[in-house]
Amino acid sequence: MYQIAKENLTALFQKIASLQELYLPVKNAGQVNFGVWSEDAEVDLDTLKSVKSPKDVFFPQSETLYTCIRNGKKLTIEPEALQEQHFVVFGMKACDIKGVEVLDRVFLSDPVDTFYAARRDHGTIVALACHEPEETCFCQVFGTDCADPAADVAAWMIEDTLYWKPMTKKGEELTASLADLLTEDDSAQEKVEAEQAAIRAIVEKLPYSNLSLEGWNGDVLMEKFNSPLWDELYKPCLACGTCTFVCPTCQCYDIKDYDTGHGVQRYRCWDSCMYSDFTMMAHGNNRTTQKERFRQRFMHKLVYFPANNGGMYSCVGCGRCVEKCPAALNIVKVIKAFQKQGGEQ
Amino acid sequence: MQELINRAKELLADGTVARVLGWKAGDLPFNPEPAYFEKEEDFADFVYDGFCGANLSKYMIEASKLEGKTLVCLKPCDTYSFRQLMKEHRVNREKAYIIGVGCRGKLDVNKIRDLGIKGIESVQGAEIEGSDTLTFQTLYGEKTCSYADAMLERCHVCKGKEHMIYDELIGESRETKDADRFAEVEKIEAMSPEERFAYFQKELSKCIRCNACRNVCPACSCRKCVFDSNKFDSAQKANVNSFEEKMFHIIRAFHVAGRCTDCGECSRVCPQGIPLHLFNRKFIKDIDELYGEYQAGADDEERGPLTSYTVDDAEPGIVAERG
Repeated sequence: MYQIAKENLTALFQKIASLQELYLPVKNAGQVNFGVWSEDAEVDLDTLKSVKSPKDVFFPQSETLYTCIRNGKKLTIEPEALQEQHFVVFGMKACDIKGVEVLDRVFLSDPVDTFYAARRDHGTIVALACHEPEETCFCQVFGTDCADPAADVAAWMIEDTLYWKPMTKKGEELTASLADLLTEDDSAQEKVEAEQAAIRAIVEKLPYSNLSLEGWNGDVLMEKFNSPLWDELYKPCLACGTCTFVCPTCQCYDIKDYDTGHGVQRYRCWDSCMYSDFTMMAHGNNRTTQKERFRQRFMHKLVYFPANNGGMYSCVGCGRCVEKCPAALNIVKVIKAFQKQGGEQ
Repeated sequence: MQELINRAKELLADGTVARVLGWKAGDLPFNPEPAYFEKEEDFADFVYDGFCGANLSKYMIEASKLEGKTLVCLKPCDTYSFRQLMKEHRVNREKAYIIGVGCRGKLDVNKIRDLGIKGIESVQGAEIEGSDTLTFQTLYGEKTCSYADAMLERCHVCKGKEHMIYDELIGESRETKDADRFAEVEKIEAMSPEERFAYFQKELSKCIRCNACRNVCPACSCRKCVFDSNKFDSAQKANVNSFEEKMFHIIRAFHVAGRCTDCGECSRVCPQGIPLHLFNRKFIKDIDELYGEYQAGADDEERGPLTSYTVDDAEPGIVAERG
């Protein structure tokens, strides 16, 4: 295990950024999101959750796939280059890393999404343990230990020191490139274990940590789909896309053409199952009411995804929807509503 | 709150209303959600406290299509939205039984977090007749802050205690205004065009196009928004470039100009904390200056300044003259 003093982190970031691109939590106009490091970026490692999950490092909100250019009678098609440069994502939390595992299931299964795969291949993740988990967190429910994040490098910020533990070959390589800044520390293990125990003690006390997922699996499709509970649950929903866009696992996208005036940019962008034209087809839309759209989101996360992925849920318990929904709806309330109904029957 | 619940139950029982639109207690101390109550036993979860910021007027567009009357709880500022929606024939007054509920300012959980209060397990003082201090039991110890410091921006420039429309009133309201409504706008007006552009560029670069501002906005009540239409190039699901980031918000601000009551819901719901109300407030300030003071939603009959023509109307050239 290695360590570096907090006051030397800027030097660490400078060093990483001199070798490859560095993404980390940056405060911009009062809000923290993952962004590219620069000398004047306001790095914020204290805010537990970035507004958006860092999934856009691997799966950007909008990306061009190819461009058609018209020049007289000649039409040329230029495919967008795949990621070729190595980059580092610093400060991802355990839940968001689990979110990337979910995305991997989607984009790295056959047919492989080459844009995503290239980014995954070239990215090294340095995870940061959650020093002070918050009341909206429920990663433990999905088997994640936020005190021991699984990534290329795991890191813990304990008082004024960052402890650094390479976990994979990529992590070892990054660590080697930073050898002049990181110091080996034999006493680190003990400190990290104490920090982990403290984090886990807080996790035990979180209001959502005892949330039960009983009854949610790939085999209950029709029972859950036909439940009358949806008739009530969706009602406050404003049909905005906040929950889907802050979510670390929502992976649906739309492909559209942008008229550049002298050609077409074919791009893809995040889509939201809350939107009225989501999965619109030639015959029209297969979900015509907000109830159906609302149901889709939770059925996907808690039933369809586990059915197709060996029981893996596509919710990781980051709690961003809990914090951000304008109508105070969220996946926890949905799970609890079904639980309550189960209890009454 | 009990008086409100009792009265709602009475009106439900005697058949005056078919349902009640209010707020249901959340599963955390600060996340009540808008909800319909149709049976007496539903009221076990009914809540009305400092966290009930949602403006229920917009829900009345859909509720107006339901069988029977809907009892709706509206705070003083919400009633401006309701009246404006009446003027636009988007809600049916006959389908609403309005209880004007008292308000002493609504709370913003983001402000509470910004004060360093996190891991909230319980809150005291957020009740409708609670104290001036909020006390939080958190995972990281007991914390306090003043009620006013945790209030939504809009409450600091409150339009007043009066309900613009109601069938009956329950509860006291309190004056919470302690800032000038146009101070922020004036600060931006004083910037150079370059500074102003940079300011909005920085704010709007955070936009994730979730459409929460539009969908919560009582003035945004088009059945099909031009930005959702896939028949035209105007449909946008993501901001492809910084031009589109701005276009959506500026078009929206123009579209609601003269109709926006300044209810502040856009800024309340923005997940990225963009001060969207500033666009609307700039229009309101301009309208006040060019056409005389006007408050959308204060009435439901008269034509607004931008929809009536007089020979004295400001000419477009005013923009060039003023800079």
